[in-house]
Amino acid sequence: MLSIKNLHASVDGKPILKGLSLEVKAGEVHAIMGPNGSGKSTLANVLAGRENYVVTQGEVIYRGKNLLASAPEERAREGVFLAFQYPVEIPGVSNIYMLKAALNAVRKARGESELDALDFIALVKERMKLAEIPEEFLYRSVNEGFSGGEKKRNEILQMALLEPRLAILDETDSGLDIDALQVVARGVNALRSPERAIVLVTHYQRLLNYIVPDYVHVLASGRIVKSGDRTLAQELDRQGYGWVAQEGAAASA
Amino acid sequence: MNPVNEGKVAYLDTLAAFARQTETREVLWLRALRREAAARFDQLGFPTTRNEEWKYTDVAPIVRAGFTSAARDPAGADGAQLSRYWFENLPGHKLVFVNGCFSAERSRLGALPKGATVASLAEALIRQPQALEIYFGRIAGESAHAFTALNTALAADGVYIHLAPGVQVEQPIHLLYVVTPAAGSKMLTPRNLIVAEEGSRAAVIEHYVTLGAAAYFTNALTEVAVGPNAAVEHYRLQEEAGDAYHVGGLHARLGRDSRLTAHAVDLGGRLVRNDVRAALEAEGAECTLNGLYVVGGRGHVDNHTHIDHVKPRGTSREFYKGVLDGRARAVFRGRIVVHPDAQHTDARQVNNNLLLSRDAEADSQPQLEIYADDVKCAHGATVGNLDEDALFYLRSRAIEASQARDLLTYAFARDVLARIALAPVRERLERRLIESLMHRAPVEELL
Repeated sequence: MLSIKNLHASVDGKPILKGLSLEVKAGEVHAIMGPNGSGKSTLANVLAGRENYVVTQGEVIYRGKNLLASAPEERAREGVFLAFQYPVEIPGVSNIYMLKAALNAVRKARGESELDALDFIALVKERMKLAEIPEEFLYRSVNEGFSGGEKKRNEILQMALLEPRLAILDETDSGLDIDALQVVARGVNALRSPERAIVLVTHYQRLLNYIVPDYVHVLASGRIVKSGDRTLAQELDRQGYGWVAQEGAAASA
Repeated sequence: MNPVNEGKVAYLDTLAAFARQTETREVLWLRALRREAAARFDQLGFPTTRNEEWKYTDVAPIVRAGFTSAARDPAGADGAQLSRYWFENLPGHKLVFVNGCFSAERSRLGALPKGATVASLAEALIRQPQALEIYFGRIAGESAHAFTALNTALAADGVYIHLAPGVQVEQPIHLLYVVTPAAGSKMLTPRNLIVAEEGSRAAVIEHYVTLGAAAYFTNALTEVAVGPNAAVEHYRLQEEAGDAYHVGGLHARLGRDSRLTAHAVDLGGRLVRNDVRAALEAEGAECTLNGLYVVGGRGHVDNHTHIDHVKPRGTSREFYKGVLDGRARAVFRGRIVVHPDAQHTDARQVNNNLLLSRDAEADSQPQLEIYADDVKCAHGATVGNLDEDALFYLRSRAIEASQARDLLTYAFARDVLARIALAPVRERLERRLIESLMHRAPVEELL
């Protein structure tokens, strides 16, 4: 589904990703871990198409096509979803409006008809239960005045509604208490299916107690320096990132 | 003589002709007032950009165009043409002024409570001039600029509203100023006087529209006296044609524990200048000024507000926002003067400008002068572009970039309209706002 080869990317002229490669197949859950500043969020933002992230080398093929050539909204329509590390507050734009506009744009791209108001409300309410968001949040401005946990749950709601093919969660677990973490995990686990792929970008292995990944990758200095199964995450939890980073440095030397 | 004031001479001729026509008909005090105004206009001349108050607004195009003849011909504008300007589901009193003249047959005045007068100013100046004398021209006063003097010297018609003590007019009073081709290239000088005595209340909507006229000049002036405990809600909605010039003034005096809420919405016009002056002359007065300007092309909108806190415990709230596209230019100057006696004043002022194009420009100048020591005054002014993070967030949710821009623009501007208490007015303006966007249909769902 997603094939990243030798990806180099800079932010404000500063190289962050330096030759990252990754293969993700449908049905798989990948966890990307790494210390702060290793490039985890850069990877997530490059995949979603944020403008000030400049790809200088390498390629990203998504479902047989060059992902980097399309605009963020086209990527979203093709089924790419980014759960933001810092969801943006948008005063004056109601959550329900954004959800409806987003869902209808995605449905249109999938060749499905737009949902009428009643069907839409029914669907949203069902998915809100999954994300444990009270109904009143629908009518509030997008993320405005939401707590950190509420913002993250709102991301899960959007993901559950849009049913992406490729979901990228950028440190969705950071700053969450255990209850909110379980909501996020339930949202992700409910989405798991043979047709979908999920990339979890996370600093801690805590989330992986609830979402069991098929693969764990360690990102250091803009490259994947080690890959393994879930036991790698547990090892990182015990030993920290130091040893992998050293191993990686030794390997590239 | 500078070129701007060469143009003045032609206007003086108009003033002289008007004085000759009205001399025999008007009462003494009014004639004296007009003479003084004409003299002041002559003395002041049209402002130039060297005048601090007009630094960013060059009125030379108005002077050069020579809108020297006053429109008087109430021709055109049939009922069907007017119907689109009435607010849906808004009952109330409707007064129509065509090319500056009150049109009784096009107006519909509902039943008014006893003690409420809603009449044509021209008529009131003939029938009950003594009632107007202590207010007319006195509220705007000496401080005003040349355009005010010009209006006072020439003003023939508009509305006169008088509310006796305790009178509450439940339904809003909608004043529609229509300009038809008969007034093309001419000057209009609507003049309104609203007197709300103790404990009275009313909502007045001044609504300026164009019906096919080209390149004319509206020079409007409204005086409001808000008595003790009275409440006036005032709307100034300007949706004139893109080649119309508009200079407007709202001058208000607020009595003890009175309330004035004024909304100014500018959606049209080539060159627009509005002056709002409110004097909180007694304790506990409350003044709210909201403004929205949406300007494109080569449009220019200048809002000057001036609030005088004269006595203690006054509250003022100002909230002005502007959306500028193309080569549009906006000016906001908000002056708040807290006089030595005005302890416990609570004043807040916000002006936010959204620039949608590289060539648009906004100048925002808060001016606080505080001569009392126990007061709360705050102001904030911003000029900026759309929030890139918000834009990316919406796009990452499959929403088209241009639609996302419209959505954010709409949300920015609606923030002002949301403060309008009269739902039919608010809804019409929201629709008008959407019409000014590129992607109407999707944004319409917001309503």
